[in-house]
Amino acid sequence: MTAQPTSPQFKDNARHALDDAQLQKALGNVRQNFIDRRAAVAAKLPEFEGLRDSARDIKNHTLKNLDLYLERYEENVTKAGGQVHWARTAEEARQAVLDICARVGAKTVTKGKSMISEEIALNDAIEAAGMKAVETDLGEYIIQLRHEAPSHIIAPAVHLNASQIESDFRKHHTHLDPARDLSQPTQLLTEARMILREKFLAADVGITGANFLIAETGTSIIVTNEGNGDLTQTLPKVHIVIASIEKVVPTLEDASQILRVLARSATGQEMSVYTTFSTGPRRPTDVDGPEEYHVVLLDNGRSAMLGTEFEEMLRCIRCGACMNHCPVYHAVGGHAYGWVYPGPMGAVLTPTLIGVDKGGHLPNASTFCGRCESVCPVRIPLPKLMRHWREREFERHLSPATVRWGIGFWAFFAKRPALYRLATGVAMRGLAWLGKSTGRFKSLPLAAGWTDHRDFPAPQGATFQQQWKARRKGRSA
Amino acid sequence: MPQNSAARPIRVGLFVTCLVDLMRPSVGFAAAKLLEDAGCRVDVPSQTCCGQPAFNSGDRANARAIAEKTIAAFERYDYVVAPSGSCAGQIKKHFPELFQGDPNLSQRAAALADKTYELVSFLVDVLGVTKVDAAFAGDVTYHDSCSGLRELGVKSQPRMLLSSIPGVNIVEMKENEVCCGFGGTFAVKYGDISDSIVSKKTENVTESGAHTLLAGDLGCLMNMAGKLHREGKSIEVRHVAEVLAGMTDAPPIGVPAEAAE
Ligand code: SF4
Repeated sequence: MTAQPTSPQFKDNARHALDDAQLQKALGNVRQNFIDRRAAVAAKLPEFEGLRDSARDIKNHTLKNLDLYLERYEENVTKAGGQVHWARTAEEARQAVLDICARVGAKTVTKGKSMISEEIALNDAIEAAGMKAVETDLGEYIIQLRHEAPSHIIAPAVHLNASQIESDFRKHHTHLDPARDLSQPTQLLTEARMILREKFLAADVGITGANFLIAETGTSIIVTNEGNGDLTQTLPKVHIVIASIEKVVPTLEDASQILRVLARSATGQEMSVYTTFSTGPRRPTDVDGPEEYHVVLLDNGRSAMLGTEFEEMLRCIRCGACMNHCPVYHAVGGHAYGWVYPGPMGAVLTPTLIGVDKGGHLPNASTFCGRCESVCPVRIPLPKLMRHWREREFERHLSPATVRWGIGFWAFFAKRPALYRLATGVAMRGLAWLGKSTGRFKSLPLAAGWTDHRDFPAPQGATFQQQWKARRKGRSA
Repeated sequence: MPQNSAARPIRVGLFVTCLVDLMRPSVGFAAAKLLEDAGCRVDVPSQTCCGQPAFNSGDRANARAIAEKTIAAFERYDYVVAPSGSCAGQIKKHFPELFQGDPNLSQRAAALADKTYELVSFLVDVLGVTKVDAAFAGDVTYHDSCSGLRELGVKSQPRMLLSSIPGVNIVEMKENEVCCGFGGTFAVKYGDISDSIVSKKTENVTESGAHTLLAGDLGCLMNMAGKLHREGKSIEVRHVAEVLAGMTDAPPIGVPAEAAE
């Protein structure tokens, strides 16, 4: 479902999203819920800004020594009885998972929430191989029923209203009493829990993502609010962790530092409800746990970002704060971005993963308001990185001809002050004269994007520089 | 350094910004008056634009060429002041980035960045101005433009000076720190999205009940005024400098001279 990006049609996607009343209603909740909660919880912690600095520093240090920490991580996974599978591409990662599933003769695979799974379109691959993939995170479960992609990296079904979910449940859970009451969100949750319980028990393989991989211990950590991750990884015979290489941090101490900013930035909680550690398969003394423990480590273009102007993006801890605070995301939602990662982080990451020729709209569709950067727990300068994409597009002549021409035309004058004063002096007087009676224009050539929706104020008349000169002359005379 | 100079007044190069230069010169005169009232000597060297449209379109070569002209025109002043957080931010935060590693220009860019300020924060933070001499009456609401707010920390300064005007009552709108959807060329390139963002803004402005909408950036103001007019709203839109300088004789943004009484 995620294999074919629709990012090149971003403008059309956006138009549809803006016309979708249900979606607009759901997006209103994003605006209201996440922002105030994060602000409140951040304000309660005096050292929050300092913690953001140390989260950034830990990530920077790790990225500078990524090979070292990845090797150490593999060593320690092996020591604990697990196995690391290196995957350069999405294809290799899918194959690694399918091979394990085939070897153990898996029929049903349960899954905790994982964006890497979306990135490599794992569910499609599992189903194509004749197995059943069951999402166990409530949001993921809902969108799986709807055959949709997640619209948010931590709240995959945030584009839906409760009434839509209710009708999906009624459509799919046909064995349940049609007259049952599902008017409360908790009732939806209970029903999903009940359905999923059965599937947990039937699963042969459990797949989870990872928020952190700990080099010193070979541990992987996931945070959830539903506890589904625990059941996904402890009940089946085989546990597979899929994670990208930049998830590694040196020590448990480092992870616990970053955890202090993660949930606060994401949902405005001090901590997520469940923070689950897993290290290797079940030991003889353990009461439960899988018999096999695998980690599929995905690169998929990330190592190529090291040492480039996009390296800072690898600090991302996928908290979602940038999209929660983004006016463009609030307007169009996550699906409009057309691939796995939406919002500001997606605007930077998507072009690296699917190519800037396909993902080029995303870093352009930003006002550079900077609110994302102001809340990013690891202080990624998202607008600056989006601008770097615009530069690459400009160098490669991928920007639209009208834009290049317009900027070139305007820059020609902006570099020549005398000519600029002359040309603008004439032009502004002309425009002012045209707009004299109305004070504004209802339409302007080449600016339909503006005037389709709002008036364009008319200039006052002579330019400031002309008037200033005249006045100063008058003064000194 | 400021104000204690019995020797000579502070020399300010007014970077008026291309939008004010072309669209609304009255803002430039208001800025000059505020600076002169605070004891500065104001000069307006020949200028065009800070180069932000090129910079944000990925055209670094033109952005640099334009920035170089601006550096040359303004480096002789004690301070450079702009009635815009966005353009001041471009000089202060992005000029140094543009010339990083350039043996000649990186130092000059950094020196210019150090002495460049947005108008209202310059008055308050550098010159220590605490009140203005102006007359204006009514409920006003203030939109925090993004670059001024997040790049330069402009937030309390305009409110402090506005509340020093006896007739002014500040009513805060909801989400006053949220972008208005202008974003330079964004407003034209992604007009539909920009429209959705500005519609939420005008809704908040209207809900505030204020009669006048103020901000420190003309781009945002033109966007919000344009939307308010299209919606048939009569809220008046002005640059904050006009009110602070007591120069509100020009009609509000987008209103013809005849219509303003
Ligand atoms: S870019 Fe920053 S704010 Fe956005 S998801 Fe990543 S860590 Fe969170």
